[in-house]
This record gives sequence, structure tokens and C-alpha cells, in this order.
Amino acid sequence: MSGMVENRPWLTVLAHAILILGVCTVAFPLYITFVASTLTLDQIVQVPMPLLPGDQLFENYSRALTAGSERGAHAPVGRMMFNSFVMAMSIAFGKIAISIIASFAIVYFRFPLRNFFFWMIFVTLMLPVEVRIIPTYKVASDLGMLDSYVGLTLPLIASATATFLFRQFFMTIPDELAEAARIDGAGPLRFFWDVILPLSKTSIAALFVIQFIYGWNQYLWPLLVTTQESMYTTVIGIKRMITSGDQLTEWNLVMATAILAMLPPAAVVILMQRWFVRGLVETEK
Amino acid sequence: MAEIVLRNVRKSYGKVEVVHGVDAAIADGEFIVIVGPSGCGKSTLLRMIAGLETITSGEIAIGGTVVNEVEPKDRNIAMVFQNYALYPHMTVYENMSYGLRIRRLPPEEINARVQRAAKILELSPFLQRRPRELSGGQRQRVAMGRAIVREPAAFLFDEPLSNLDAKLRVQMRLEIQKLHRELRTTSIFVTHDQVEAMTLADRMIVMHAGVAEQVGRPMTVYDDPNSLFVAGFIGSPAMNFLAGKRQGDDVALAGTAMRVALPAQLRASAPEAIVVGVRPEHLVAGEGGAVFRFKVDTVEALGADSLVHGPFGEGTLVARVDGHETPPVGAELAFGAMVDRLYFFDAATGRRLRP
Repeated sequence: MSGMVENRPWLTVLAHAILILGVCTVAFPLYITFVASTLTLDQIVQVPMPLLPGDQLFENYSRALTAGSERGAHAPVGRMMFNSFVMAMSIAFGKIAISIIASFAIVYFRFPLRNFFFWMIFVTLMLPVEVRIIPTYKVASDLGMLDSYVGLTLPLIASATATFLFRQFFMTIPDELAEAARIDGAGPLRFFWDVILPLSKTSIAALFVIQFIYGWNQYLWPLLVTTQESMYTTVIGIKRMITSGDQLTEWNLVMATAILAMLPPAAVVILMQRWFVRGLVETEK
Repeated sequence: MAEIVLRNVRKSYGKVEVVHGVDAAIADGEFIVIVGPSGCGKSTLLRMIAGLETITSGEIAIGGTVVNEVEPKDRNIAMVFQNYALYPHMTVYENMSYGLRIRRLPPEEINARVQRAAKILELSPFLQRRPRELSGGQRQRVAMGRAIVREPAAFLFDEPLSNLDAKLRVQMRLEIQKLHRELRTTSIFVTHDQVEAMTLADRMIVMHAGVAEQVGRPMTVYDDPNSLFVAGFIGSPAMNFLAGKRQGDDVALAGTAMRVALPAQLRASAPEAIVVGVRPEHLVAGEGGAVFRFKVDTVEALGADSLVHGPFGEGTLVARVDGHETPPVGAELAFGAMVDRLYFFDAATGRRLRP
């Protein structure tokens, strides 16, 4: 233990108390969401709402997944989750594929205006989707991409962040490796495929986690670009299930959908955790 | 196997010329060491031979073919890098066979070559390991194995021993010698270590500031250096240099009353300012001729022999003495230079005075 930290029991107790309080603050809303997703609508609207799980777990989830709410949006959440999954996967793979090739070009090829192009890509970091959303919408609509998977994913695929990360990683790979490959007779594509790609495995995994969650959580863009319920993503679905006007929102289904919407990103993080951490802290060299 | 010829090879980066026209002819099967301090252009020269750097002007021919415009992979050379440049994600076997697989050699042939090289280099037990599971010396051997399996016309070594510790370096030096005796492949070895140059080279090229100052057999370069730079660079500890002025047929050493006789054949062409050089191992107690007297202020006991340092004239003098006859600090010593072991240089140009 370092010299600055005093070993007093009450300090330990206090530290733990603060940490537990913090965990509760974060976890309690999640718990409420889960409890609400197991109750009937009548039980939820009681004041106060019960704080113990009810017996409607199976009914609520199966209804949400297969049928959806009868009020607000009618699409089954299963369909929405499929849409979200397609969107998140396309964005994650698309971003990784395009940015790894772009960084490969920027790091390993000498072409005119190389730095200019890099900085052009880099500058777009400062332009989030929301800033360019109107022109992007116009282009997507003119190209007939509304209500399609292409429309949902393509405008979000270009990624300065990923390009920048891959560039930084490639610059840590010793030049001699490229030279050894040249002498061994590997052309640029062969070198990319046989050396760069395997070495980037952990970086790719880390980026996949980040980009999957980014894609899954997209809100504004799918809200604009989808009008048919069959193309809704889960995040949009939650919003659409909350009715305005005199109809009572089916909160039990909304909460079940919210829990369902949390599961895939959580699963990706848990499954890829080992790779993710390795990708962020170490490079295989 | 092939001879390598360099004709007036130059390299410029923008307006800065770093290699100022090197000529050399390397015979088939010869082991050439390019030696020089860092920044002298030796690695650049090697990389031009490998095809990793373009040749600004001049010509490089391997096996009779000018290769200026030939891709590295088609030059029939193999290179060993200072940091080994092994593919980290491949096993030793995959590392060694990668070039052959690209060349689409038949699998049995690849396997035979890798097994043979692994046997020569004693790597057979490690073929399924990754580079990071190997020691520095083993990685070095894998890098050489990758070169050997190619069966190239020439091996190019770029400071391959610099990342090893002292003991391993000596061992690998012997192994490289042995390997060259077995394979007889033309080899070019770049180093900044004059010991590696002396021990490995059939002939060495001493480079300084982008110029090949001297090309020759190690003992020739040691015995008969062309310039102040070569004299100071080859040999350890370095040659003693004493500034002097010509006075008649003698050279008066600056800061002392001592005079050294200029050899008769040099008298005609000798300039005013002269540097006299003498190697520490050529200073012998009780020898005749010029006698150097100094008081010992530092002693380095190396075991078999000792180096004694002391102020002399405007600088210091180092002499090598038998380890068992090491004088104490403070001792007054007198050394004579061995016959014909004094070197005279033009102080202005750094060139050796020749008849």
C-alpha cells in the first residue's frame, strides 16, 4: 500500500459506502425498468409502483418480441431488434473495413497530397452526424435510400475516428516488417492480408465493440430515415411505443423493450471484453 | 551466388547527398564488411543494394545484371535486419517459409529447405514457437534462417548483432563465420563495430561521411590505414594521435620538447602541420628510437593486458602493457615505438603521408 493511503477501518467503511451508493444510483433505474417489465400495466400505474418483480415476465417479453404494442408503433420488437442488429453490424464492419484500408493507404503508400487527405479525414472528426444531418438526409432521400438498410447504415460508415486509430497503430509497426515482406516478395495486398490484418486483430476487436454500440444506439438518424414500422430500430421503437394523447402507454411493454435493447450491447461487451481490453492496452509486436 | 559491383553509387535526399560515389567490386563468395560510425551512409548503401532505397546515380550490378530498376524480391538477395523484423504472429516455421510460399515452391521443397536451415541453426525444436517466445539470440537465428532458406545470391546483414548482449554477440559472430564457411554465399555485413569488421571480413569497406575511405583486408587496413579517420576507427583502443609541426627532417610534437624523425621517403612531400600516430600496442618499454615519457594517471586492467593512460603534450597517450606488469598510478614510464610503427598524416587533409 502506498504511503499516502492511511489504513484506518472507518476510512475503508466510508469508501465502500460511497462506492455502494454509487452502484445503487446507477443500478436502481435499471432494476425499476426490469421490475416494470414483469408487471401488468395496471400494477405499474399504481402509486407507488411495486418494487418486487411480478409474474408477467414471460407474457410481456413474448408479446413485445412477437406482437409489439397495440398502441403507438405496432411493429414487433423482434423485427426491430433484427433491424438494429443489421444496422449495428453493418456500421461496425463497414467502418472497420473502410478505415483499415484508408489508414493502410495513408501509412504505407506515398502519393501526392497524402497528408492533405489524412487531415481532411481527420477534420471530419469535428463534424458529428447531427451537424450534417439535413444535407445527408437530402442526399439519402434523392438516392432513394429512405426506409432501407443501405439508408440506415451507409451515411454513418465513414469514420475518422477508426481511420485515425488504425493509422496510429500502423505507425507503431516497425518499417522493417514491411521491408522484410518486400524482400520476401509480398506485394502490398499480400502484406496487408498476411501481416497487417493479423497484427490488427485486437485493434479490430476493440473498434468492433465501440462501433457496434455506436451503431446500436443511433437515434436521430434512424428516426429521420425510417418511416415504415418494419424498418424501425429498437431505439426508435421505444420512442414510438410511447403514445401521446389519450391512449395510455403500455409501460410494461416499453420497459421490456428497453431491457431487450440493452441486451445485445451488453452481450457484445461481455463476450469481447478480453479482446477489447487487449486491443486498448497492448499491441502484439 | 554472384559478385556484386558498385559503380560510383550516390544517394541524395533532396539536396543533401549522403553517399558520395562509392565504387566496390565484391567477388563471388566474399564476405565484405561495411564499417563506419553512425550516419556515415553504410546502411543507406546496403539498403540501395537491397533495393529498399532508390539509387540517385551510379550503378549496382548483382551477378552481372544492373539492378537499379529491379524490385527487391527479384534481386535474389536476402536481408537480415537489426531488429530481426520477424513476423510476430507467425511461428518460426511460418516466418522462415513465408518467402518460399509466396514464390509458390512445392510444399515438400519448402519443408526440406526449412528443416535443413533449422538444423544448421539449431532451431529444430523451436519451429512451432512464436518469435516472442524466443530469446534474442534465437530470434537472430530465425532471421538468418529466413535468409538461408531463400538460397539467395547474396546475404545482406544490417547491424544484425547490435541488439544482442556482449557474450551472445561474440557467439553469433563465430556462428556467422562458420555459416559463411559452409555456405560460401556472397555476404555484405554492415556494422559500426570495428571488432566485428576485423573478425568477420574477408575485406572491409571503411566508410566515413558518405565516402569509402579505404577498402581492404582487415590486417591491411589495420597495418596500413589510408587516413586519420581509418587509423582512429580500426583498432581498439584507438591509435594515439599527436599534433606536430615539421622542423627540418623532424616533426616537433606540440606541447613537448620531443621530436620524431620523419622517414626519409616522406621528407620530399611532407606538409607543415603533421599528425603523428602510434597504436597503444606498438608502444614498448625499453625499445629504441623515439621515446615517449609520461606519468600514468589512469589504469584499465583488462586481465591479459592493461591500458595505461597519461598526459602527453597537448593530449593523452595510451599504451598497452602486459597485465602482470601493470604499473601503479603515478608511475613515470618511458615507451619506445616499434620500428616502422609510427604513422604520419597531413593534419590539413587527414590523409596518410605516402612516399
